[in-house]
Amino acid sequence: MDQVNKLVERMGGVYLLPFAVALVALVLIGVPSSWVTLTVAGLAMGMMIFLMASGLSLVFGLMDVLNFGHSAFVSFGAFIAASVLAWLGGWLGSESILLNSAAILAAFIAAILFGLAAGWFFETVVIKPVYHDHLRQILITMGALIVAEQMILAIWGGTPMSVPRPNFLEGSFLIGDVAIEIYRVYAFVIGALVYAALYLTLNRTRIGLLIRAGVENREMVEALGFRIDRLFVGVFMVGSALAAMGGVMWAGYETLITPALGAEMMIVVFIVVIIGGLGSIEGTLLGAIMVGLVANYVGFLAPKLALASNMILMMVILLWRPNGLKPAVK
Amino acid sequence: MTNQETTGARTVKAVVLLIAALLLFAPFLFQDIRSLEVAARICVFIVLVASYDLLIGYTGIVSFAHTMFFGFGAYGAAISLKQMGPGWDAVIVGALVGALVSIVVAVAIGLLSLRVKAIFFAMITLAAASVAMVLASQLSHFTGGEDGITYKTPELFKTANKLMVDENGKVARLFGVKLNGKLAAYYFVFLSSLALFLVMLRLVGSPIGTVLKAIRENEARAEAIGYRVVAYRTFVFCIAAVIASLAGTIYAIWLKYTGPDTTLSFTIMIDILLMVVIGGMGTLWGAVIGAVLLVLAQYYLRDLMGTAAEALSGVPILPHALEPDRWLFWLGIIFILLVYFFPKGIAGTISEKGAKA
Repeated sequence: MDQVNKLVERMGGVYLLPFAVALVALVLIGVPSSWVTLTVAGLAMGMMIFLMASGLSLVFGLMDVLNFGHSAFVSFGAFIAASVLAWLGGWLGSESILLNSAAILAAFIAAILFGLAAGWFFETVVIKPVYHDHLRQILITMGALIVAEQMILAIWGGTPMSVPRPNFLEGSFLIGDVAIEIYRVYAFVIGALVYAALYLTLNRTRIGLLIRAGVENREMVEALGFRIDRLFVGVFMVGSALAAMGGVMWAGYETLITPALGAEMMIVVFIVVIIGGLGSIEGTLLGAIMVGLVANYVGFLAPKLALASNMILMMVILLWRPNGLKPAVK
Repeated sequence: MTNQETTGARTVKAVVLLIAALLLFAPFLFQDIRSLEVAARICVFIVLVASYDLLIGYTGIVSFAHTMFFGFGAYGAAISLKQMGPGWDAVIVGALVGALVSIVVAVAIGLLSLRVKAIFFAMITLAAASVAMVLASQLSHFTGGEDGITYKTPELFKTANKLMVDENGKVARLFGVKLNGKLAAYYFVFLSSLALFLVMLRLVGSPIGTVLKAIRENEARAEAIGYRVVAYRTFVFCIAAVIASLAGTIYAIWLKYTGPDTTLSFTIMIDILLMVVIGGMGTLWGAVIGAVLLVLAQYYLRDLMGTAAEALSGVPILPHALEPDRWLFWLGIIFILLVYFFPKGIAGTISEKGAKA
């Protein structure tokens, strides 16, 4: 048993979990082509959720701030992107891929800029007065979430809004007899790029070093003379921008968005953060991919269970590892 | 802590007594159907909010699953009344099953979340509540789905039921109020709510309540003295869950309808939070004040906002800001400001005023 444990540890430990899940699912599903489709869907979903969850996880890890209003950034991102894309309808409709990409880029930039600005505002106005007071933090960020949702209702109305997609992201391509939706590949690639960028920033730069040190032991970093509160504002802004970006991706994926989107995603994001362990990007990615894969497999194998699948996954993992799969702080 | 009270604390208690008196005579004082509806809702929400206050105010746990327990009780009564027919046996079975399910789920959530950091509790309960809501709307052959269930309540509560008959064989009137089943239903709601509230007051006043206060004031110290904080918290969570579930049963009997919107929806959870914070955490009295204010605001302020918006229709922006649909927006802002500036709420702030008498 010990040797098996060591072997598993050397092979990658908890990182093997998604592969194990995928293998079990392959056996249960039995049809390779549907398995591939589901896996791709799960990975794409996982990557989008990762974008939304990474900011929350870092913010909590660094400053012990739990932001229940995080999902507001997701919905604002989605709605801003939808508006920008609708406004640039001419570019989207044109044949040239260049113009199409420009429109998408514009949507991303608008959402990210909003995320940065709103994150700054949120941090300085809403959260700063209640550092170190979890009870009031939860209450206040919850209040902020209500206000933000009402603002979305007031600005965009309660009716579902359709999100235009450019032609080159529509449809799917075939590998053998497996159909793969292009948008899923695109979502996966963007998610992977963001993960790589975050990973490199955290592990290869001085700022990343400070952030990781801050997550591990904030007082020590402060004692060494670094202004960790300023760093925190930055992390909060980036986290909010990432959430807004996740919202953009999600809006394009769903193609029809409602103001309830944020509240729906919030639950999933929380589950991911809890499963992954707080404060670590790796853990969040792992959690997000697990949630994405399990949701898709269970949805195919036992549709009745699909609704509770995330919850069950979280329970199982918490019973096994109370601190999540890969927490930054032991 | 001494037993001496500030004049402020006495004022709060006097206000609560006044509210209780008003609720007791509500059918006679406010003789229209809508007011009775409001009074019954206030009764139920006082119990619900007070039980939530046991959690958030006395132990500092933030749970978002309180509506889930409320829903268990309501659905328990609704399903048993629907399946077994209108009778007291169905009510009792429904209440018991609802309470039992609540205890089981509360223990499960408690044990699961106590393994992790306390702050996860809020997240986990939120997730659990959302699962409960989805289940209620999905298991439609059982729960009626989004439409909910309508059913008949025991004979006594039927509007057509005559409690007393005058010489002409018509419903007798007392001070102009028909002594019919509606009145009986209201007093059922009022008395059971009162009983539950008194149970909670007793609990808070008992040695257990003292321990809970100790945990709230200084968790580490309470643990060091030898009280098992985790056990007490789980216990309170279960008690709060059971009381919320019973409140749900009462509400289900009053409404004769149970659906996701009346019991499980997240809006109700937000209402509860607002009531606790506005009224004041950590004093059951605050729950009473908060529930009364918010329910009244819900029923009457929205109308007022509507008329105000119409009256100001010539002015730019203002009418939009005052639209009744925007009402949650303003509540949210008031909520945030309250948490900043009056974290103790109305009851807590007033209680501090005045010299020790």
